[in-house]
Amino acid sequence: MDKIDKSRFGWVGSDPEHREGLSRPSITYWRDAMNRLVKNRVALVCLVFIILLILSCAILPFISPFNSREQHLSETNQSFFTPCEDSRFEGQNHMHIFGTDKLGRDTWTRTFEGGRVSLMIAFAAVFVNLIIGIIYGGISGYYGGAVDNVMMRIVEIVNGIPYLIIVVLLMMILKQGTFTMVIAYATVGWTGMARLVRGQALSLKNQEFVTAAEAMGAKPSRIIAKHLLPNALSVIIINVTLAVPSAIFTEAFLSYIGLGVPVPMPSWGILAQEGSQVFQVYPEKLWIPAIAISLTMLSFNLLGDGLRDAFDPRLRR
Amino acid sequence: MAKYILKRVGYAIVTLFVLVTLTFFMMRLLPGDPFTGEKQLPEKTMAALNAKYGLDKPVTTQYIMYLGNCLHGDLGLSLNTNRPVTTIIGEAFTYSFDLGIRAVLMAFVVGVLLGTLAAIKRGRPADTICMLIALIGVSVPSFIVASVLQYFLGLQLYFAMGKTVHLFAVTGWDGFNSKILPVFALAFGSLAQISRLMRTSMLDVLGQDYIKTAKAKGLSQKAIIWKHAIRNAIMPVVTVLGPITASVLTGGFVVESVFAVPGLGRYFVQSIQNRDFTMISGTTIFYGAFLIIANLVVDLAYGLIDPRVKLEEG
Repeated sequence: MDKIDKSRFGWVGSDPEHREGLSRPSITYWRDAMNRLVKNRVALVCLVFIILLILSCAILPFISPFNSREQHLSETNQSFFTPCEDSRFEGQNHMHIFGTDKLGRDTWTRTFEGGRVSLMIAFAAVFVNLIIGIIYGGISGYYGGAVDNVMMRIVEIVNGIPYLIIVVLLMMILKQGTFTMVIAYATVGWTGMARLVRGQALSLKNQEFVTAAEAMGAKPSRIIAKHLLPNALSVIIINVTLAVPSAIFTEAFLSYIGLGVPVPMPSWGILAQEGSQVFQVYPEKLWIPAIAISLTMLSFNLLGDGLRDAFDPRLRR
Repeated sequence: MAKYILKRVGYAIVTLFVLVTLTFFMMRLLPGDPFTGEKQLPEKTMAALNAKYGLDKPVTTQYIMYLGNCLHGDLGLSLNTNRPVTTIIGEAFTYSFDLGIRAVLMAFVVGVLLGTLAAIKRGRPADTICMLIALIGVSVPSFIVASVLQYFLGLQLYFAMGKTVHLFAVTGWDGFNSKILPVFALAFGSLAQISRLMRTSMLDVLGQDYIKTAKAKGLSQKAIIWKHAIRNAIMPVVTVLGPITASVLTGGFVVESVFAVPGLGRYFVQSIQNRDFTMISGTTIFYGAFLIIANLVVDLAYGLIDPRVKLEEG
């Protein structure tokens, strides 16, 4: 083929006067979604709540005068707003805002530090699932055919095994800890994300813009990174948001049946489990973690719903 | 049809096999062995015990033995009570099954009704209330629901009524009044999930042309909803019955513990806390097999109920 001199190509230009009327500046997909999300009051409130919660879980345990492990044996099982009378804090006028537990540990500090542990487990677990899911689903969906067939059969088998039972088994074998929880959850939790990403890749790769990109000679890596992923991103974001509450639930559930993080460490599940042992006498010991877990799960669910409405208004009901 | 059934059954068998294999090797990975205790046993006793349970043979032989035993329905002896695991499961599961089937039924019926109501009254207060209930159900873990119910309805209501009548018993599984709270606690999450799904599906169906036709030929609202809409909208709900069974079964772990129902879930949690390994692996396999079969039944039933699903293609 002859080499065509680049100088022979030129910008024809367009006459702004005769352009088909674009009366408003065009907005991108993401900006559009953002606008819709901001208009959705409930989702916005949830987003703010989640951000505040993350910040308080990160900061509050540090500025609290008490340590989550420190026991004030003279003041166990106190109720809300009890002034601290421990000799170590004499004359400092500190207060146990949420009271103390059966070992005299400050519940306020433990609640927020527990929140940190629970949220970290949840985020890490979802993140690991996401990575595995994107790689597995992406490969399966992009290559299709026999590869896809085999990979999806494996997913189907993993999916057929009830996940909580396998998580329980794994938790028994591995040493208890936060990392173990993430591993146990990720071992079986990735299938949902993998299926989702595969479905997206399958439907997107046959679209015209991918064909166009291929025709222009784009490499598969570029097509995946520049065309497939950005288009699948909204669906992935929605599902990540909706996966967080289920991870929080799993952590709480495992801690509740005695397979949680190791002992002195607080987590919402552990607090709920400790609270449930004494809750006929001190019901507030259970209410605090219960409300924390429920509110967090609720906000993530509502935010997920809001994101879905924002990204895909057709689904709005 | 036959091909579809065969394929589904094949999957179920492979999944079951993977589950049994996984359980066996995971149990092998556990630190220590069943006979290490506080007292160090003499060498000879250890050897005799190992020989008795076949633990002196190579792993592959043990694995094949284990598979054979599972096929015979022999899941070993519980380390704690020294009774056959299958006997314990048989006794305890009757309670769990009783509880579970009531919970699934309640979740299904109430969930479908709530979802339908919300869809018909779309945008009105009834819709908002139904969906608020559903949202709470999705977001509040079953053990919290169980504790809240137990505290307020079981305990405080009893105190408030002057400690005379137990409207709702706090624990146990005998009279009818002891069954209401556990069933509701177990069903609530699934109920919420079903009602959300039902609402979406119902709205979808109500927008279809055949509903318009039904309206145009003068059918009453009642006839349209019951004869045309619900029957079609219920299809997606049937597909989640498999996962719902799973969540009710695993939810039973905590709900049974909270309400002291002598079911398998409570037993499972206890054996986890006591590290009763044969009991755990036996129960795991039993639960797994039960759920896999439940999923299989739901899959096949779905094909039978909905003629639009072409089984040959599946």
